[in-house]
Amino acid sequence: MKKSRRDFLKICGAAALGTAVPAAADASSAKVFTDNKDFSMLYDSTICVGCKACVTTCKQVNDLATEQGKFDKNNLWDSPEKLDSNTRTIIKLYKESPEKYAFVKKQCMHCAKPSCVSACPVSAMQKSDNGIVFYDKDICIGCRYCLIACPYNIPKFEWEKPIPKIVKCDMCKFTNFKQKGITACAEVCPTDAILFGKRGDLIKIAKKRIKDHPDIYIHHIYGEHEVGGANCIYLAGVDFNKLSFPNLPNPSAAALSENIQHTIYKGFIAPVALYGTLCFVAFRNRKSKKDGDNEQS
Amino acid sequence: MSSHKEYEILNRKILTPSFVILSVLTAIGFYFIGVRFFEGIGAVTNLSDAYPWGIWIAYDVATGTAIACGGYAVAILVYILNNNHYHPLMRSAMLTSLFGYGLAGFSVVIDLGRFWNMFNLLKPQFWQLNSIMFEVAMCVMIYTFVLFLEFSPAIFEKLQESENYGMARLSEKFSKFLDKYLIYFIILGITLPTMHQSSLGSMMIIAAFKLHPNWHTPILPLLFLINCIFIGYSIVIFESITSSFKFGRPYETSQLAGLGRIALFLALGWIAIRFTDLFVRNQLMEAFSFDFYSVMFLIESALIILGSVILMSGHNLNSPRKLFISASLIVLGGGLYRFNTYIIGFDPGVGFSYFPAFGEFMITVGIVSFEILLYSIFVKIFPVLPAVHKSKAIGGSNV
Ligand code: SF4
Ligand code: SF4
Repeated sequence: MKKSRRDFLKICGAAALGTAVPAAADASSAKVFTDNKDFSMLYDSTICVGCKACVTTCKQVNDLATEQGKFDKNNLWDSPEKLDSNTRTIIKLYKESPEKYAFVKKQCMHCAKPSCVSACPVSAMQKSDNGIVFYDKDICIGCRYCLIACPYNIPKFEWEKPIPKIVKCDMCKFTNFKQKGITACAEVCPTDAILFGKRGDLIKIAKKRIKDHPDIYIHHIYGEHEVGGANCIYLAGVDFNKLSFPNLPNPSAAALSENIQHTIYKGFIAPVALYGTLCFVAFRNRKSKKDGDNEQS
Repeated sequence: MSSHKEYEILNRKILTPSFVILSVLTAIGFYFIGVRFFEGIGAVTNLSDAYPWGIWIAYDVATGTAIACGGYAVAILVYILNNNHYHPLMRSAMLTSLFGYGLAGFSVVIDLGRFWNMFNLLKPQFWQLNSIMFEVAMCVMIYTFVLFLEFSPAIFEKLQESENYGMARLSEKFSKFLDKYLIYFIILGITLPTMHQSSLGSMMIIAAFKLHPNWHTPILPLLFLINCIFIGYSIVIFESITSSFKFGRPYETSQLAGLGRIALFLALGWIAIRFTDLFVRNQLMEAFSFDFYSVMFLIESALIILGSVILMSGHNLNSPRKLFISASLIVLGGGLYRFNTYIIGFDPGVGFSYFPAFGEFMITVGIVSFEILLYSIFVKIFPVLPAVHKSKAIGGSNV
């Protein structure tokens, strides 16, 4: 929400130079963070029993509408099929055979270098100091660049409403986390398939689980390094691709985009220099033309 | 000094059959715009969470503003390359640019989900300097205003002849003022498109895992910049020949041949950069693999190359018909490149697809019709088109 004084000065500097263009903000590198200040969730697919308590509780706590299944004429159950503007998190099933199946929980990954935050023109998507990526509808202009930018297709838009907003997981920043210091899904999970804590600690736990049970787990913590790392990390017994996680490289596309932009616009020198040079050329042209005219007449 | 003789008002009836057709299309478009505001974007479009941007952004904004780059392209020629020969084409090019950008802005307002918050873009406390969209939005807003200033001499020229003495005097004053300072804005009008047209390319860099590698490259900003300039020259050729034909005026042949030569040079240079980039990224084989994305790439390149090849012969450069065909091909190919980058090459994952809905399509058609409608009214009210007796004179402006 709040901008630091330094940010504000930078912005004033850019404004003073005439137009407002990404100017002095620090070019962020693609380095992976491993510190312990960010809040984080570890979801272990091998422990999850698919009860969907997390999905239901998320809706209650965050005041999201239920969805009626096609089979359910009397609307007895909430049956979301996918993440959408009424569903911030969902449990999905991957099934190979009656014996071999796995559940997976989907929600915002709370990236270390979030593309949605980098894309948003008005700072409606923000990352707070404790690592939570959250959204402020009162600032948002509804351009949906965040939907384009997110590599996991997470932010959702209320297409059917004349007054729409973006919906995505914010780790219960304004609800459960604010009241109890833990996300609703992690709090309610009966099997502790979702752990809530500091990222560094959870990475340690995840590594230990893989080490202790190398036969159960895929030897990969999804979200540890993907696109610069994420605060939501995953353990699973089947290939992450099968759980519909995309194969993503480690550098963040947001970092690439910002680096290119900041190279072009570093200190706003290039645009000003361009303007200056063009003015110079145009005036010289004008002068030479006038001289030419005088000679003619 | 006066440019009265350089441009003239087209003395024709405003109410023509094409005027009626365009008005009907505009009305249909506005009906669907109404539906969009009362029932939400989902009610008129096929947009979804996987395809959050459709033709309103891919065509009206990303492609439409390139087609509106005629003013920018001619201004470079006249003011930077000092080729006054092309000055008579300035006003009509400026006018189409003004409408192109103005209506792209209008489409954006329709597209913005929370449009009433739009003014947050102007509040420094919300500025997000890492956002490429922020830069594009700011540049485009300022540029549209600059375009208006650049076109305003035509309006003041007309008003100077007004019966109302006060109005005439005021316009005269403004004209004098503009005469003196307009050059600063004209240069700004060259700087700003250089910035935001390249940034329109940068905008898709962040969608690295969704945009097909035939289009996703770190040099997107360079490709978009050159692309809009050759589209700009081609569209000036296109418009000039169309309006000469439609209004039965002589063709501005010598200017158009020159523009054709520049368009040819830039378009082929662009193709060379594009292919080199694909080669460097090891993508060239896949670009020729004849799958769907490859075919789209090939169509886009073929149109541009074909258009350029026609322009290679000096004979064709002097034939309005051949010029018209090649300019159209280049605009189509260059436009398709942008369309591909924003929509067709955008692949959010398996199981998703997008094709514009009828209402969505009609809104775009309505907006474009509205633009043509306004243009045809403006040239009949204000001195915009090159004056006929001057159009053949070389360097005949401002003397
Ligand atoms: S997963 Fe998507 S929405 Fe969530 S922080 Fe990352 S980029 Fe943003
Ligand atoms: S839709 Fe809202 S939150 Fe998303 S990028 Fe646009 S302004 Fe930011």
